[in-house]
Amino acid sequence: MKKEVPLLITAIFGSFMVIDYFVPHPSVSAVGETLQQWAIIVISFSYVLGVANIARVNGEKISKRSRDWPFAIPLLMGLAFMLGVGIFGGIGERTLFNDFFLYAYTPMSGTMFSLLAFFIASAAFRSFRVRTLEAGLLAVAAVIVMLGRVPVGAEIWDKLPGIADWINNVPQMAAKRAILIGAALGAISTGLKIILGLERNYLGGE
Amino acid sequence: MEKIDRRYIFLAILLLVLVPLLVPIGLPIRVSREVQSGYDAVAEIPDGSTAYFAADYDPATMPELHPMALAALDQLFSKNCKVIGACLWPAGPPLLEDALRRIGEERYGKKYGVDFVNLGYKPGNEVAMVSVGRSIRATFPTDFYGTPVESLEVMRGAASLTDMAILVNISAGYPGTKEWVQQVQSRYHVTMVAGCTAVSTPEYYPYFQSGQLSGLIGGMAGAAEYEKLVGKLGTATRGMDAQSLGHLAIIAFIVLGNVLYFATKKKAP
Repeated sequence: MKKEVPLLITAIFGSFMVIDYFVPHPSVSAVGETLQQWAIIVISFSYVLGVANIARVNGEKISKRSRDWPFAIPLLMGLAFMLGVGIFGGIGERTLFNDFFLYAYTPMSGTMFSLLAFFIASAAFRSFRVRTLEAGLLAVAAVIVMLGRVPVGAEIWDKLPGIADWINNVPQMAAKRAILIGAALGAISTGLKIILGLERNYLGGE
Repeated sequence: MEKIDRRYIFLAILLLVLVPLLVPIGLPIRVSREVQSGYDAVAEIPDGSTAYFAADYDPATMPELHPMALAALDQLFSKNCKVIGACLWPAGPPLLEDALRRIGEERYGKKYGVDFVNLGYKPGNEVAMVSVGRSIRATFPTDFYGTPVESLEVMRGAASLTDMAILVNISAGYPGTKEWVQQVQSRYHVTMVAGCTAVSTPEYYPYFQSGQLSGLIGGMAGAAEYEKLVGKLGTATRGMDAQSLGHLAIIAFIVLGNVLYFATKKKAP
């Protein structure tokens, strides 16, 4: 029963959502809408599980003095603090939660992302080697698109933006379409296998 | 070459990005077809109509995406459009709130609840998107502040996405533009304009060419182009000089790295 019931639920609801997409009848749509609300509620609970899991994993890390355990302390403190000020002080404008979000979390998060620019520059210098014809084509295309997408490209050569647009709109798009179509076919196939009960990994790695 | 301290590379990038921000060069900005189409699509909706603004990004991509959100909102509010904003990224609502207040309230004197609303965050990714397509009120019973949406004037006549004149999506990844096109645009045939990070833009070109996306604003460059069209130059325009020099530096590093590599290889026995 531990396997059969989840498989049956998946088959019934999965099939219904496929029907719902193609049959725009109000009675079908009404049931579809209810099922979607259920899904949103179930997904919302996963956040509670996520918070509990972070607290458990990092709590254990501290108690066992595992590797990098001191970093778990500010993490748990930050989690508790933001939960506390959010629940008791609100999350709207001019609240402590919003101030910490805008003036602490936002710049820290932006800083982490901006570090990419430094690592990309370092990787470009140390790792991007034109050893083959393919690597050469990649390098030429990258240089043209990088220059063509910024104002300095047109200052260097006024045809560069047009060539960059062509690369984006013709060869790049052809490759991207092929990938998208392949991925879509794969998704349909996987979806059907899950609905039919042939693909059971989601039940726990069978 | 391995002996070169990479901190010199970091320092070069820092200077090349920082100096043009402090001393702007003012390189001219060329508007691309994708951005012009997006601007035109928004311009074509009737004045005073309602737009759904899906702000699916978080602080990590704020420098790149927030300027285009501000520019798009500027164009919408300048047409007296009503804006219903919502997020599928948990850290998105405060950024959406900032954008709506800064442009709607401070620049155009619009009122919260009457001219615009922030519905906040909803988990569920694609499920939430389809649900919004069916019924905005069922998906978001309350707004960011917990006010029932039925009591808000801006929500009158805005039952589902099919009531919207346009869907504007600012996307940092998943869930974002691709999912909005696949789950909502293709299903409800709503006019859609997307703004996304530069690195993800190539992924959405097929949707622009097929007409599923009426416009595509790519990265900070796209945001700067949009700012130019709207006529309100902001942080994206100021950042273009820095980005230009940054790109030049990376190209120089690729060339220099290869020259040194092949020169060293030739010398080796």
